[in-house]
Order: sequence, then structure tokens, then C-alpha cells
Amino acid sequence: MLNISGLNKGIVIDHIQAGGAMDIYHYLNLEKTECQVAIIKNAKSSKMGKKDMIKIEGSLNCDINVLAVLDPNISINIIENGKIVLKKNPELPLEVTNIIKCKNPRCITSVEQELPHTFKLTNPEKRIYRCIYCEQAFNRKHK
Amino acid sequence: MKHVISPLDLTTTELDEVLTLAEDIIADPKKYSNVCHGKKIATLFYEPSTRTRLSFEAAMLNLGGSVLGFSSADSSSAAKGESVADTIRVISSYADICAMRHPKEGAPLVAAKYSKIPVINAGDGGHNHPTQTLTDLLTIKNLKGRLDNLTIGLCGDLKFGRTVHSLINAMVRYPNIKFVMISPDELRIPNYIREEVLTDHNIPFKEVNVLEEVMPELDILYMTRVQKERFFNEEDYIRLKDSFILDADKMQYAKDDMIVMHPLPRVNEIATEVDNDPRAVYFTQAKFGVYARMALIMKLLEVEEC
Repeated sequence: MLNISGLNKGIVIDHIQAGGAMDIYHYLNLEKTECQVAIIKNAKSSKMGKKDMIKIEGSLNCDINVLAVLDPNISINIIENGKIVLKKNPELPLEVTNIIKCKNPRCITSVEQELPHTFKLTNPEKRIYRCIYCEQAFNRKHK
Repeated sequence: MKHVISPLDLTTTELDEVLTLAEDIIADPKKYSNVCHGKKIATLFYEPSTRTRLSFEAAMLNLGGSVLGFSSADSSSAAKGESVADTIRVISSYADICAMRHPKEGAPLVAAKYSKIPVINAGDGGHNHPTQTLTDLLTIKNLKGRLDNLTIGLCGDLKFGRTVHSLINAMVRYPNIKFVMISPDELRIPNYIREEVLTDHNIPFKEVNVLEEVMPELDILYMTRVQKERFFNEEDYIRLKDSFILDADKMQYAKDDMIVMHPLPRVNEIATEVDNDPRAVYFTQAKFGVYARMALIMKLLEVEEC
């Protein structure tokens, strides 16, 4: 059994689809943080079979709602003094800029330099984001 | 200042105003021959197009204005690496309105963000082509007398065919419209249109791959070309390009008052023997395109109507 010590103050990003932890690690630029970070891959989960988790000791200065764009099922646990003080599922932001990239080779973003990659939430129920330029849906499988 | 990037940028009220103005121009073109005197349109065509570019230019000339522009990326500063954003910043001080055709989807939206003059999307990749839609609506309204209660067959390349995507988006706003989509499996309508435009709006539609079977139920048959330039793999293009060819035999199954439309250029998806059939209206449709663009230019420039 893999043993990772509990956090005193920090964030646990839980219920990440198995295999998705490194994507979230990169999107949050965790490689640049001074915080202690533990990535747990393929942890057993009664709900998901297996899942990934990220534990971050310390405070993180970012909009965690953005994570819902990357993986709609994740949950966030905020830890203070070793205890969970808040559990939440991130809310879908209506628009995200420069978080995800448009992968449509026919999109103007593939050639126009310095153009922000902006996606709008077009279907909240199905959690579909579309590029504002070409309307291609963001595909979580092909980041 | 208004831009027209998507067919949905015009409300149905605005659309009706443009179509009504276009019909007035058709009735008396001389009345409008000088309303844009002193105005210039820039036609920024990064991709070759004979019909659409000349249609815009003819429209402005018919209104008494003048034209400037380029007809391929090679003959513009794009060849030197200039961005769309920079190009439109400069053109904004040269012209009063611009029409942009670009192979990349979303390019006209980028232009609109940086432009000081109205931008009209003259086609962006396989995405949108709102003035073709205006043309199509004017054709339907003029020849069928209505924009509602119609069964519209869409045939050919429904995957990359931007004219089809735009037409569907525009027509679902009118009552009692049904679609019949005829295409090879590889070129079926994209999922997002099937689900978010048709299904979500409860628009009846069916997808088939035999044209003859559905011909008798159609009020309009909208043919499209399988576009070589949209394929990354030439083998796929060769395999699919002749999937549906409309000929005189198939026309026998159609209603007497059905109309055959096509955004043109036609390659071989409509046999030339169909051209003489009074139901073949694609060349008339091209003529309507000039009137539709005249009306749109007037609306966007807020030119006083006669």
C-alpha cells in the first residue's frame, strides 16, 4: 500500500480520471511551485475503479474552477490544520482563455501568433466548450 | 458598427430587412445605382474565389462605390508573414467596409476584433459563409415565396460544406422546416450541428445515402461539391468525389415545383443536362448573390435607403 502523509494545509485534487494527473499538473504549472506536491496515479476508487490524485502542501494561487474544464468529475478538498474544511466540485467557467488549446488545424489559432486561445461553454449539461474562432469542441482526450 | 461573421449575427428581423431591401433592389436596381458613391469595399481574399469576390465587387460597383483588395494570400503581405490582425488595422484606414475570405476558420472574427470598419465573412475554411446563406435565403424566398414550411434536401459533402452548415443554422429559425441529409458516411453532417442545432431545436431530420428515394418529398434540393481543398488525403477525395451525381433521370423523381440549388462552382455533381430544367436555379441563385450583398453592404454602411 502506497503511503503518502496527510496535509497540514493545502489542497487535494481528487477523483481525477486515471491517467489525467500529469495534464492537470502541467496546466496548473505545478512544476514551478515551491509547494510540496504528491501525484498519486491509479489509486483504487470505489466510485471510479481507479483514479489519480494530486496533493499540494501550501496555498495555490489559481482559479480551481478551470480544472472543471480539464476534467469535469474532479473534486477539490481544502485542508486546514490537517482537516478537510471545504469539499467542492469546481463550477464550469463560462469562458476560459489560454488554459486549453484549439487543436483544429484549420483554426486561425494554428497560424496567427499571439492570438489568445479562448473557449466558451456552449452546453453546460454536456460540459462542452467550443473555440470562439472555429467552434471546434475541446476534446479532453486530445490535449 | 456591426460585423457579419456568422449567419446568426443577423437577427431574423435584420435578416428580413436585408431580404426586403434586396427584393426592392431587384425590382428597381437603378434606384440604388449611386447610394454608395464615395464608399470603398476592400475584398481581402486569402484564398482563390472567383464568384464570391466578383459578386462583392459587382455589388459595390452597382451601388456606385469602388473596390480595392487582393485575390490570394500570395499577392498580399500574408506571404511575408503579416497577421490578419495587422492587415485589418491597416485596411481599416483605406476602406469603409471589407469582405474577407480566409482558409483558416475564425480569421474574419479575428479581423472583426481589430477592425474599425464593418467586416463581412466571405467564407472561412469549412466553417461559415454568411453571405452565401443570405443568397440562399433570398433565392428561396423569391422562388418559393416563403422561408417556412419547407423540406430541404442537402446533398454531397455535408461535413466540410460550410454553406450547408450556415444554411441549417439560418433555416432552423423558421417554422416547420425539415431536413433530409444525403451524403456518404464519411461526409455526414458534423455531430455538433446534428446535436446542438437540429436535435436541441427539435428540428425533424433524417440522414440517407440514396438520393432517388427522397427526391419526391423535397421542396428544395441543395447540392454541394466535394471540395478537394478540404481533404488532407487525396485518396479519400478521389474515392468520395463522385458519390452523388444529379442527372435528368433522378430529376424525374422530383416534384414539379422543387428547386435545385448549388452554391457553385459545380464540378460534376450536377450533370449539365439538368441545366435546362426550369427547376435548376443555381445560376439564378448566383445572380441573387449580388443583390443580397448589395443589400448587406447598404445595411452595414447604414446607407440611406431610397
